[in-house]
Amino acid sequence: MHDKTIRRRRLVLLGLVVGSLLLLTASFGDSAGGGLGAIQRGASAVLTPVQEGASRALKPVRDGAGWVGDTFEAKGKNKELRGDLAEARQVRVDIDALRRENAELRRMLDMNERLQIQDMGLVAARVITRSPNVINQTIKVNQGSAQGVAKGQPVLTGSGLVGTVDAVGPNFAIVELVTDADFGAGAKVSQSGIPGVVTPAAGAPRELRMEYTEATDDVRRGNTLVTSGTSDPEFPSPFPPDVPIGRVIEVEDPGSDSQVIHVRPFVDVRDVNFVEIVTKMDPSRS
Amino acid sequence: MATSAVLLVRLGALGLLAVVLQVSAVSQLTVFDTNADVVPLVVAFAALLTGAVPGAIFAFVAGLFIDTALVGTLGVSSLVYVAIGYGAGRLRELRDPQSSLVPLALGAAASAAAAFGFALVQFLLGAEAPVSFELIRQLVVATLVSTLLALPVYAGVRRALVPALPDDPRRRRRRAYTTGGLSPLSRP
Repeated sequence: MHDKTIRRRRLVLLGLVVGSLLLLTASFGDSAGGGLGAIQRGASAVLTPVQEGASRALKPVRDGAGWVGDTFEAKGKNKELRGDLAEARQVRVDIDALRRENAELRRMLDMNERLQIQDMGLVAARVITRSPNVINQTIKVNQGSAQGVAKGQPVLTGSGLVGTVDAVGPNFAIVELVTDADFGAGAKVSQSGIPGVVTPAAGAPRELRMEYTEATDDVRRGNTLVTSGTSDPEFPSPFPPDVPIGRVIEVEDPGSDSQVIHVRPFVDVRDVNFVEIVTKMDPSRS
Repeated sequence: MATSAVLLVRLGALGLLAVVLQVSAVSQLTVFDTNADVVPLVVAFAALLTGAVPGAIFAFVAGLFIDTALVGTLGVSSLVYVAIGYGAGRLRELRDPQSSLVPLALGAAASAAAAFGFALVQFLLGAEAPVSFELIRQLVVATLVSTLLALPVYAGVRRALVPALPDDPRRRRRRAYTTGGLSPLSRP
């Protein structure tokens, strides 16, 4: 009887591990339009309204916790910020949240005008969930293929580049953030036009790195990085040109072939509530 | 309804609730540049209360829920959570620990296993992230932040599952020994 119980327990464990590995293998090898992916996207589409409802219902809790976090952070800042903090304490949390949303949306409109991308089929979306782990940095937004969103499209906020669309369902899209381990984008220094590739810095969610520059490239602290857009028509870039990415905070081994440029992204990916998805790229402008 | 059916329903609802709460709220609260993950805690505590086999099955399903909700690679979370669920269930079956610090210790272990296990599986799948001090620090901080939630999550899981659990003979025996006159030693 005891042996039977042990055998059964081990069989169940083996079955679950094998099941996980089979799912993993099938999911990993599944193409974007594959059957398993379709089932997963279908299930996620069903869950999306529930998640969206929960996300809205729990927003006051998040805002409250965010407010507490901001308070702690502000304690370490200068007197002026302390004064602002004392004032901010008197303002109700939900009014603060509405102001932040308003500012975010205004910055987005300013960015659209500055980059002249109003005619690129911009789709505004609300962030409804975030990935909880350090390696895969993604967010889920509430607009999907029904609104013209497709895989690979660039995602922006008023402050700059957020990432690209990684997966799409009828009423949602998963956005791979600039800080995701798999992200990469062609970039240039806006002051000098020096090209390179921006990649994330694993484990540092508020930092990016610019690589593949040459030893003679003079990049300095404080320089601004923007997307390079398409430089070779054979390899069109998914990003419109001149979208702000971040500011150079440090240059490691300057003047060498292996120099690494540390960049602080303009967008705080942990604090994004609204995004815009560019659904119609104009090849002559990219 | 039979006890096992009630338990099944409660486990299913608990798993769904944990995943919805995690992706809709907990993931969006940033503490020290990272966020807590309550799903490994729920998996570990459910397994601690129900045993290795139900715990591992619950862990597998919870992993499926979260991979589906995030449209991630299916099976990754299930694989990591099955190890946590089975381990926590075996802890109960072999030791049946009763200290009030057990949820805290188990929560820390489950959070660490989830954070490092998930990173390991991602590396094995080819994620191009260099293993750096910052990454390790981030994983450790994520573990500590999740551990802070261990006690309230344990209380919630216990409240949800205990009424549906079958009476455990070991616990019945322990109650008998610890309630004065009911001890067999005190009988004539």
